[in-house]
Amino acid sequence: MTDTGIGASVRRKEDNRFLTGRGRYTDDINRTGQAYACFLRSPHAHAKIDGIDTGAAKNAPGVIAVLTGDDVAADGLGGIPCGFAPTGVQAPHNAPPRPALVQGKVCFVGDLVAMVIADDLNQAKDAAELIQVDYQELPANVDPAKATDSSTTRIHEAAENNLYADWGLGDKEATDQAFAQAHHVTKIDLINNRQIPNAMEPRCSIGEYDQADESYTLYTTTQNPHVTRLLLAAYVLQIPEHKLRVVSADVGGGFGSKIPHYPEEALVTWTAKKVGRPVKWTAERSESFLSDTHGRDHVTRAELALDENGKFLALRVHTSASLGAYLSTFGAMSTTYLYAPVLSGQYIIPAIYCGVTIVFTNTAPIDAERGAGRPEATYLVERLVENAARETGIDRIEIRRRNFIPEDAFPYQTPVVLAYDSGNYAPILDKALEMADRAGFETRNADAKSRGKLRGIGFCTYIEACGIAPSNVAGAIGAGIGLYESAEVRFAVTGAVTVFTGSHQHGQGHETTFAQIVADRLGVPFDSVDIVHGDTARVQWGHGTYGSRSLAVGGSAIAVACDKAIEKGKKVAAHLLEASVTDIEFKDGNFTVSGTDQSKSFGEIIAAAMVPHNFPLDEMEPGLDQRSFYDPKNFTFPAGCHICEVEIDPDTGVVKIVNWTAVDDFGKIVNPMIVEGQIHGGVAHGIGQALLENCVYDPESGQLLTGSYMDYCMPRADDLPNFNLGFTETPCPHNPLGVKGCGEAGAIAAPPALINAVIDAIGVDIDMPATPEKVWRALQSRPQAAE
Amino acid sequence: MPTVSMTVNGRSAAGEVEGRTLLVEFLREHLRLTGTHVGCDTSQCGACVVHVNGKSVKSCTLLAVQAEGAEVTTIEGLAQNGELHPMQAAFKEHHGLQCGFCTPGMVMSAVDLLNTNAHPSETEIRDWLEGNICRCTGYHNIVKAIQAVAQGQGG
Ligand code: FES
Ligand code: FES
Repeated sequence: MTDTGIGASVRRKEDNRFLTGRGRYTDDINRTGQAYACFLRSPHAHAKIDGIDTGAAKNAPGVIAVLTGDDVAADGLGGIPCGFAPTGVQAPHNAPPRPALVQGKVCFVGDLVAMVIADDLNQAKDAAELIQVDYQELPANVDPAKATDSSTTRIHEAAENNLYADWGLGDKEATDQAFAQAHHVTKIDLINNRQIPNAMEPRCSIGEYDQADESYTLYTTTQNPHVTRLLLAAYVLQIPEHKLRVVSADVGGGFGSKIPHYPEEALVTWTAKKVGRPVKWTAERSESFLSDTHGRDHVTRAELALDENGKFLALRVHTSASLGAYLSTFGAMSTTYLYAPVLSGQYIIPAIYCGVTIVFTNTAPIDAERGAGRPEATYLVERLVENAARETGIDRIEIRRRNFIPEDAFPYQTPVVLAYDSGNYAPILDKALEMADRAGFETRNADAKSRGKLRGIGFCTYIEACGIAPSNVAGAIGAGIGLYESAEVRFAVTGAVTVFTGSHQHGQGHETTFAQIVADRLGVPFDSVDIVHGDTARVQWGHGTYGSRSLAVGGSAIAVACDKAIEKGKKVAAHLLEASVTDIEFKDGNFTVSGTDQSKSFGEIIAAAMVPHNFPLDEMEPGLDQRSFYDPKNFTFPAGCHICEVEIDPDTGVVKIVNWTAVDDFGKIVNPMIVEGQIHGGVAHGIGQALLENCVYDPESGQLLTGSYMDYCMPRADDLPNFNLGFTETPCPHNPLGVKGCGEAGAIAAPPALINAVIDAIGVDIDMPATPEKVWRALQSRPQAAE
Repeated sequence: MPTVSMTVNGRSAAGEVEGRTLLVEFLREHLRLTGTHVGCDTSQCGACVVHVNGKSVKSCTLLAVQAEGAEVTTIEGLAQNGELHPMQAAFKEHHGLQCGFCTPGMVMSAVDLLNTNAHPSETEIRDWLEGNICRCTGYHNIVKAIQAVAQGQGG
């Protein structure tokens, strides 16, 4: 390993610009002559609109245009499209349209009613206040479990009973049969609490139109610029894709909320042509709370059937999952194929059936949030496993060991579609137990007791399916796009290497990790490698970053493009060294005639290919640049064990995390420092869900009650512990780097580990988030409350 | 419209602003010093922290006119002669940033912490950072970076 190659904790290339205030986030961009947009949003969760009077707003100072749904319709703009319709539904997809500005009714608080464009932002805001909207309020519903009730008001004409689809996965009959013969059944009812992803950078979009070549540019905060371009160009604006450029430079976190194509993006782009000036909109945080896509929001009943030896026989799940008021780009993916297929966890469960009732509610649209479906699945499996252990009297570790998929069973076909390619779970667990000093827990527990505290330890052994995704699978499950990734490697005469990747970075450190791959593969200096991403005019094509896919898919594409360059380099070297191609070996950046000391460095080969004075021009073209479109053969399957230890003050209900141990198997690791950072952040996100964060809508009015950082409790530095991390390594067998992906693992593993620890401490079940009030109330509800 | 003048990163800066213009808007929109970020509208996130007369201040919570005559330092003014400030270097060395959006505010806040309390305990560091939200890092490495500077071994 070199100090910049694979396996080295190289300090990040991107840091200098971020640390000196020279990052280029979308809101930092200002275009000459730009105007400012402000959106009027619905104050009601559900209402008919009988009329909109924009007269006063249009006459306000500085106002350039005031637009409503009628203008959108008059210009023939397409609705905001959805990119995914799951296969396997037992009722038809009821997919209602979503116009960019509402037409006739609003469906959630924050829905887009009108757009004001003015010379400056304050003028736009002032004018928006002058718009008169005549609302006729309708009853609202925010509860996914009540959405299909006959008493609940219908939201969309196109969706009877507010049902999007009834969807199922697995063998229902076999599952029911297994339950009928079970020795023991553990049941659980739980809520996977709605979250707001809260990337720290609010969304921002700037539209621009160039009359000279009739093309648009959209600067926007997106995790996947090419997909946004496709959806906006082909479906909304209905223009050829090459007439739209999407630029997403530095992005301040995404966590799923910057995957979807949003109406605001379409509106600034559309109006840039209409008003003849660039149009800029930046969300205020209050708007982010209302209108960014949210995550989770499942109401679930789950049952686990066991035999007399504590072996799992079957798992049966029913979930009511909300899509919010509209179908977001990949909203129906997190509730279906990113959810049920990981229900087998790290275990052999012979029969599994999962039904999901996917519904509309009068809330912000739901889409992916860090983990997207997999945290929801893992949470219920790991809660069930620990409850089953308690009910049967089997130790919580022992019950896991009895049911683990053994090392020799890989590749392992689960009953829910996925075939795990590799894994070795027992050593992960062993290592985590040792690092967390599980053996010493009783002593620590006794000490806590003597201090009047309740101590608990909780576990989560999770599986993740990431590296999304083989395109044939994506197509089979209902995605409208392929999910390969592209890479292009370009060489400059003087030896610099520029890599154009379809992955997008918004905190993950790709500019460093990907450069390490290239430096390692080609043997060129790390500093000579630059990574370009986030601009559809520069990068050929891409599917962006989510689902922990960038390294496994985007990184593999880069590796393959590098390998192609090496192959061509060998031919060039053979010519220069007057040897046969089959005799040329490539190692550590040098092409050598095997068995001799005759060699050429990569730099020399680049120069020879770019300045082909001595080059076999009749055999091959000059240049060395290569391109790859890498389609993964399978998902990747990282796994891990997280152990959380808590201490609870029974007087206040405050939960203090006293130890967090995480052992993860991500296959090969390129940059350990960056991977550790991803775990820290993922676990913090999961701790947030389990302990602090809860998105609450008022059940009657449908108002968002947690619409600011004063009401929505983000994890702060003083809420979190230090993290104790370890790794094992089972390389991915099917990609060229042996890597698996790490971005979401922490958010998947943390909630069950933490809640299991709280339950261990207080002795009763509790739902997330385990706030002091809830813990205190749970303690009072115990049979012998006061201790 | 009132005019306002102040010293920003050692240079004098002046402009016409509305009474309601916030200091952060003056910095970002008038001076185009876009290193200072806006992450919220309730004075909670700390992405906007700058130094005013040497103390850390949420620049979204001060009107531009309130900074009349003040010495303001933003993240752009922290590095001297092309050398990262030890706190910036430590954030890089200890991977205390990911997306970088909270980072300018974090760094400015952390610098003020050590000006105020040269050797804070871990608890004191975490308490001080209560007003700076980071969604990416879980704070682990931010705390490490600040500890390293306090112990004189930043970058
Ligand atoms: S922008 Fe100032 S505290 Fe959030
Ligand atoms: S580094 Fe992204 S919010 Fe802190």
